Order: sequence, then structure tokens, then C-alpha cells
Amino acid sequence: MADDQKPKTKLLDELEKGPWPSFVKEIKQAGEKSPVCDDLLGQLELSYEEKKGHWKHGGIVGVLGYGGGVIGRYSDLPDKFPNVAHFHTMRVNQPAGWFYTSDAIRTLCDIWERHGSGLTNMHGSTGDIIFLGTKTSELEPAFKELTEAGFDLGGSGSAMRTPSCCVGPARCEWSCYDTLKTCDDLTRQYQDEMHRPPFPYKFKIKCSGCPNDCVASIARADLSIIGTWKDDIRQDDAAVAQYARAGLDIRKDVCDRCPTRCMEWDGQKLAINNRECVHCMHCINVMPKALRPGQERGATLLIGSKAPIVQGALLSSVLVPFVPENELMDTLKELIRRIWEFWDEYGNNRERVGELIQRVGMANFLDAIGLDPAPEMVAAPRDNPYIFFQKEEAAAEPEPAGA
Amino acid sequence: MSAQAAKRITDIGPPHYDKFLHPVIKKNYGKWVYHETLAPGVLCHVAESGDRIYTVRAGSPRLLSVQTLRRFADLADKYCGGHLRFTSRNNVEFLLDNKEKIEALKKELNELGFPVGGTNNAISNIVHTQGWVHCHSSATDASGIVKAVMDVLYDRFTHEDLPAKLRVALACCLNMCGAVHCSDIAILGIHRRPPKIQHDVLSKVCELPTLISSCPTGAIRTKTVDGKQSVEVVEEQCMYCGNCYTVCPAMPMNDPENDGISIWVGGKVSNARSAPKFSKLAIPYLPNNPPRWPEVVRAVVNIVDVYAKNAKKFERLGEWIDRIGWPRFFELTGIPFTRYHIDDFKHAGLSYARSAHIRF
Ligand code: SF4
Ligand code: SF4
Ligand code: SF4
Ligand code: SF4
Repeated sequence: MADDQKPKTKLLDELEKGPWPSFVKEIKQAGEKSPVCDDLLGQLELSYEEKKGHWKHGGIVGVLGYGGGVIGRYSDLPDKFPNVAHFHTMRVNQPAGWFYTSDAIRTLCDIWERHGSGLTNMHGSTGDIIFLGTKTSELEPAFKELTEAGFDLGGSGSAMRTPSCCVGPARCEWSCYDTLKTCDDLTRQYQDEMHRPPFPYKFKIKCSGCPNDCVASIARADLSIIGTWKDDIRQDDAAVAQYARAGLDIRKDVCDRCPTRCMEWDGQKLAINNRECVHCMHCINVMPKALRPGQERGATLLIGSKAPIVQGALLSSVLVPFVPENELMDTLKELIRRIWEFWDEYGNNRERVGELIQRVGMANFLDAIGLDPAPEMVAAPRDNPYIFFQKEEAAAEPEPAGA
Repeated sequence: MSAQAAKRITDIGPPHYDKFLHPVIKKNYGKWVYHETLAPGVLCHVAESGDRIYTVRAGSPRLLSVQTLRRFADLADKYCGGHLRFTSRNNVEFLLDNKEKIEALKKELNELGFPVGGTNNAISNIVHTQGWVHCHSSATDASGIVKAVMDVLYDRFTHEDLPAKLRVALACCLNMCGAVHCSDIAILGIHRRPPKIQHDVLSKVCELPTLISSCPTGAIRTKTVDGKQSVEVVEEQCMYCGNCYTVCPAMPMNDPENDGISIWVGGKVSNARSAPKFSKLAIPYLPNNPPRWPEVVRAVVNIVDVYAKNAKKFERLGEWIDRIGWPRFFELTGIPFTRYHIDDFKHAGLSYARSAHIRF
């Protein structure tokens, strides 16, 4: 295409300048092969001029037999920008841990160049590979090539969303369970729930190998799986001394920053009261050569986090304080089954699990899924005396001790 | 079933990650002992076997063309036996087993315009959303603001000179794809006017009961307009969340004059030291001012600079504020405290100061 036919993008051109890599350059680069990018740039420039988006509310489009994985997107100025009249997104399920070979990347690129805009997000917020922009007629051919190459679509809508995980045992010494395997197993286990939305709203699972929580599971997953350990922090005294000699102020930078002040450093020896350690990771983060998570490993399961829509943001809260690594997968499957059953029956339309728990109360939720209450589940017991006693129990209550 | 339909492959899930792991990673899977940072953006993980895997991390704009991805693939072939990965914050990581190749790879990345850094106490890439590039409900753009902010914070990405990690995130509406609500600094697109109801089409394109129940404050009521079934919004009850628009296209929120940006601070996700926490409101409103959003850039840089100057080692932004208190935060940053900073939604009372602990 001759240069004079390229859209004039005075405002966007400004964002090609400066040291940080430019998304405008990326769109223009894709535009060398794919004319739809010119219309994308044209429409985006107009948004920059008018301070207003020009996409319509999504419509329902998809591939045969799936109820998700494609987000319908239409321009509200189809006459002006006909090439982005349809500009749908395909969510392609990422491999666990976002590992690729160069060949896999090239395969994805070739498919998307043939069937879409050539623009991607690596990756979208939930973790999927995002193929940004194509026509309805290209969805099925793109899907066919993807599945033949061993890829599949991720989740969208009121479905189980694509699970994601931290780099875990692949490249992190702190991972307390196999995050990649867990994520991959869960993804395979729930293909139907991912591809055919069955729920009141979305359901997200994220796997972090330790309490550093590199995939933000506690803030972003309905079910947060956070690795932890039960026994003592492994400690290499020689390496601790080495840190001290190298100038680390162990008292100030390690002991005083421990949230439970369970560490002491007398200038020679570091003593940890492991019974009071809350597994926050600070000391281990600061002295990775000297301290390591213990060997009795597993995960803490937490439930309910979400962004503000609809009833306000929530962080996940403890559901199971510790599951040993070898019981993790079975425990997860059983719990997920019970949680979904309850949510399916009692959840309102667009009510996330966390909001349902807020509405019915955690104690009722525990009853419903068959878990006993545990003090690890609360920051503190209630301070309000309006207690709903259960009838049978009030009658059967034994005399208080010492009465 | 026809032969063609029978061949159709579905529900296979993603490729198994095992196929994509670097041989050194495969061999030492789960057997890593410790890691070191060799330079900003360059990590070395050491395994029990004594094997080492080197990681070179580079920032990306998240929105990537296939041309750039192929360039990454070429670099991976040249330096990493074809092995690369991406991080949850949209960085690309090259995995090497040969330390000698690190500098040459860094040089090529820099020449291509992809900065190496984003580790430890550097600002990592800004997690963000689609904005005007690809979403219907955005109150602002995403990529443009990220570009403008990171251009100015570039040196904070390539150097690890902050007191602790600093995680910045952006979402272009309250849906918060990418849940920005637990970030050290969150840039959040907001609307400030109720939806503009399209009475002529509403009853045709939306289900009234779903629409009415979608509003968290119960601000939507049925109303007949010009003989057509429609709704009205009680303006005093509307907090511009856009829930109604999500379920009903006839309730658009876009408003160029009033949409804009709010800034939130002090959230964290990691459990290190203090518990995970939400970001809190710092600046209720800044205008949309494309292409470079100078007001937003100035506000973010100011907060980063004041934090960098005043926080102690290991204090995340929120932990620093916990120590010095919010009044001092507003004083040091020069950000005005307004009525909008006081919560008035559910549980608002929990955020009032319920003690006489006051710093003068
Ligand atoms: S969450 Fe923990 S185990 Fe996973 S990558 Fe982060 S630090 Fe490592
Ligand atoms: S992990 Fe955290 S709580 Fe446990 S000893 Fe270390 S600093 Fe203290
Ligand atoms: S945050 Fe809102 S506007 Fe931005 S991409 Fe998500 S839904 Fe769209
Ligand atoms: S924007 Fe939110 S508060 Fe306002 S009417 Fe819509 S749903 Fe209700």
C-alpha cells in the first residue's frame, strides 16, 4: 500500500518516540502484512482525538461446539473502518508456566498471520495467549489449525477460566508443590467447564508455588492454591555467616522485619522459632543461599478473591490451611466438585463464589461443602454477639465446664 | 456424523509444558537450590547437580506483532537452543545454559528496543488491559498510558534502586481485567456520569429484570418513556460502576468530558512481611489527556520518587505508608485529601480511624 493511503496518526505517532517499546510500532509492523491494522490504527487515532472508545458491546460468536474462548468485538464505525467491522479476540490456552520453544512461537505466528491481524498479547490478564482481531469467518479455520498444532482455546464468560501458574519447580527453588503439573492437570480435567460455560459467573484458579504468590492468586483467583511447608525452614549456618560477613545486617534486615519476630541473631547464630513462623517468605527472600522452605511441603487453599464487580473487591481467605503435596490433586478435585455444586444451586446470576460466601456466611458455606471450621480461617473470632445458634445444638449443649 | 466432523479436534487443552522446557530445566526440575541476580534483569538459578540456568528478562509492550515474536524466536534459537518463556507481567525471558552468551543477547535486545531489567527492586512491567485498542467499556486507553509512564520510569526498570519491589498495574474500567486492586500503584480508568440510557432500543436489546438486578446500589427502576418500556437511573445512587452496561448495551457509560483516571496506592499480593492488601485511593480523578497523559505520568512519578526517597529498605509502598501514616503520605506527596477519599460503600466504617493514634 502506498504511504499516502496509510492512515494519518498524528497522536499515536507521538507514542512511537521514547525508550520503552512501543505498541504503536507493533501495530504498524503487523500492518505491513495485514491491512486490517491500518483500520485499527485509524480507529484508535480517532479514540485518541475524541477521548472515547469505538468498540461496540461484544456479540456472541465462537467456534462450533464451544460456548467460550472467543470474545466478539465490533467497531461502532464499520463504514469508516470496514476492516475492523468484526475484530474478534481468540483466547488460546497457554502452556503451563508460559514456556515455549521458538518453533511453537513460529507456529502460533503463522496461524495468526493466515487467519487474523497478526497482533497478539503475550499474554492476556487471565494467562491466555491473546490473538487480537479477526473476522467471524476466520474463527473456525484458525481453530482447526490451532488444534492440529496441539493448541486449544481458553475459557471465557460464565465458565471455568484458563488456570495459570507461576514458574514453580521449573525454575524456582521455593516452589512447595508442582505448580505446572497442578495447573496442567486442572486444565485438562475441566475442559468441558472451560469450553461450555455452565456457571452463574466466572471461576478462576491460580497456582503459586510459595507465599510470594507471583501469579497474584490471592487477589485474582476464586480458588487460590499457594504453596507452603509445615516443618522447619532449612537453614545453612555457614551460609548465614557468609551473608553477615558480606555486610547484610541480619538483625535489622531479617529479624526485625519478620512479622512474628520469631527470629534471633546474636552475631554468630541465627535462631528461628519455627512454631511461630507464619511462612511469609521474607527471610528466605533475603538470604536465598542460607534459608530454604522446609521439606514437608504442600499448599494452603484459599477461596473467593475477585475484582470489584459486582459487590466490591475481595481477597481470598483460608479454606484449607494445609494439604500435603501428594494429596493435593485429589483434595482439589473433591473440593472443587462440592464448591461448584453449592454455587450452582445457590449462586445468583453474576455472583462469584466469594460474593456468595459473603451473602450466606462462611460457616454455612463450610457446612455446605462439608468442611469443619478451623481457627486458621479467621483473622479473629467474631466480635459481634448476634449469633445464629442452630436449634438442635442449643438444646444439646452440655453444661459449660466449671458451671 | 460426517467424516469431516469426526476429524474435528476439540477439548485437547494446551500443549503439555514438558515439550517446551529447556533441557537443563527438565533435568533439574524441582531440584533448584538457590538463585543470584547477576545484573538487573539477569538471574542465575543453581541446581543440586551444580547445573545453572541463566535468565535474561526483557520488557515488552504486551501488544506484540507476529514479526516481533518471530524475532524473539530467532534470538531464542541463537542464544538459548530455542527456549523462552513469558512472565505474568508480560516480560519475555530467555533461558540460557551458557553464561558467556548473556552480554551478546542483552546487546541485541537493547538494539531491538527491548530493555533488560524488571527484577527484584526494579519496577517491573505494568500489567494492563485492552483500553481503546480492543474493549467496549474502557474509560481510558491502556497501552498509551503504560507507554507514557514507562518512558519516564525506564531507568527504574533497568536499575534495581528502589527500597523494595514496586508493582504498577493499569485497568481501563472497574471490571479490572488484571485485578489491579492489590498493586503498589494502580492506575484505574473511571467514569463519573451515570449511563446514558437509550430508551428507544432498551427493551429490545436488554432483559429488564437482569438489568435492574445488575445494579449494586439498586439505582435502576423501570420507567415508561414515550410509550416504551425502559428504565431510569436514580442519579444520587449511581457510582458509575458500569455493571448495568455489562449486561445491557443500551446503557453506555462513555463520556469523553468526564471519563478519566484515578490513582490507588499501597496494595500488595505477596505475603512477605505484611499480609496482602488492597490499594487505597490516592487521587480520585485526573483527566484523559492523550497521547501522553502528562497529569497521570507526573502523578505516578511523584509517588514513586517520594517513596524511593523516604521508604526504608524492604518496605513496599503500602508498608512505608503503614509506618508513616496516611496524613504524612498526603503531606509528602502534596496530594490533596478530599471527601472522595472517605469510603461510603459497604463496610466503610472499617476504614475510619478508630483510635486516638495521631501523628503530628
Ligand atoms: S510464587 Fe514462589 S515458587 Fe512460585 S515463582 Fe514465585 S517465588 Fe517461586
Ligand atoms: S518466613 Fe517470615 S515469619 Fe517465617 S521466620 Fe522467615 S521472616 Fe519470620
Ligand atoms: S478493564 Fe474494563 S475496559 Fe479494560 S479491558 Fe477490562 S473490561 Fe475492558
Ligand atoms: S453505573 Fe453502576 S451504580 Fe450506576 S446505574 Fe449502572 S449499575 Fe447502577
